[in-house]
Amino acid sequence: MIPTKEEWNEALFRRHGKDVQEKLLSATVAVCGLGGLGSNIAVALARAGVGKLILIDFDRVDITNLHRQQYKANQIGKYKTEALSENLKEIAPYIDLVIHTERVTEENTAYLLKGADIVCEAFDNAECKAMLTNLVLETMPDKFLVAASGMAGFGSANSIKTRRITSKFYLCGDGESDVAEKGSLVSSRVMLCAAHQAHTILRVLAGEFET
Amino acid sequence: MVKINGEELNIAGKTVAEYLATTNYDPKRIAVERNGDIVPKAQYSETVLKDGDSLEIVSFAGGG
Repeated sequence: MIPTKEEWNEALFRRHGKDVQEKLLSATVAVCGLGGLGSNIAVALARAGVGKLILIDFDRVDITNLHRQQYKANQIGKYKTEALSENLKEIAPYIDLVIHTERVTEENTAYLLKGADIVCEAFDNAECKAMLTNLVLETMPDKFLVAASGMAGFGSANSIKTRRITSKFYLCGDGESDVAEKGSLVSSRVMLCAAHQAHTILRVLAGEFET
Repeated sequence: MVKINGEELNIAGKTVAEYLATTNYDPKRIAVERNGDIVPKAQYSETVLKDGDSLEIVSFAGGG
């Protein structure tokens, strides 16, 4: 039996406190890229009771994604937006989801991110990461941006960090481990970075800021 | 002196673009913060670095 919405929210109130939970429930977070970072971030935010997620990715689930991304073997070939929506609705049935199955470009970013309080950069391509970061920080001064750089390889878990670069810009990762040099993306280390991003988003929504 | 990623450099008077040209940063992979604000990409060539400025250049690593 799936719990009622009232039972669901009551359980969240008990875990996070009513004041914080009401902030999470009324928030909208845009997750740009639904790979190793974005799919794990979305799951953490959905479980925590964030009210609305905007999920953006043009790609389909591939067999090479399954070692670190929140998809299932029977979802290979589906659009990530649709597959992740199914999985998130199973986890958190009352979450509000908006999906955009398209590439993020300089032209469509404002439209795709409309209504988001926080933008989560979760791409894999470094140039796409920089493009979104600059565009959001230059043209959307009301939004927070939580981005990631450096989580490839088998390096120490403890080198993944969260830093506040400007008042609205947080950066997670070790800052240097590039998949092109490390040659691998390991689920646990990518999930560490995703957890840093998800936790930063929840902290910002709760009104807790890094110094 | 201008502080860039924690290092004091004697480059006051140069623009951001002029400084970047002396480095190995890939301009397509970076974001530049100066004194707490992001420097718009279109203003790299007209933003003159001043004594006491503090910058962070974020160079994105691929993977996600």
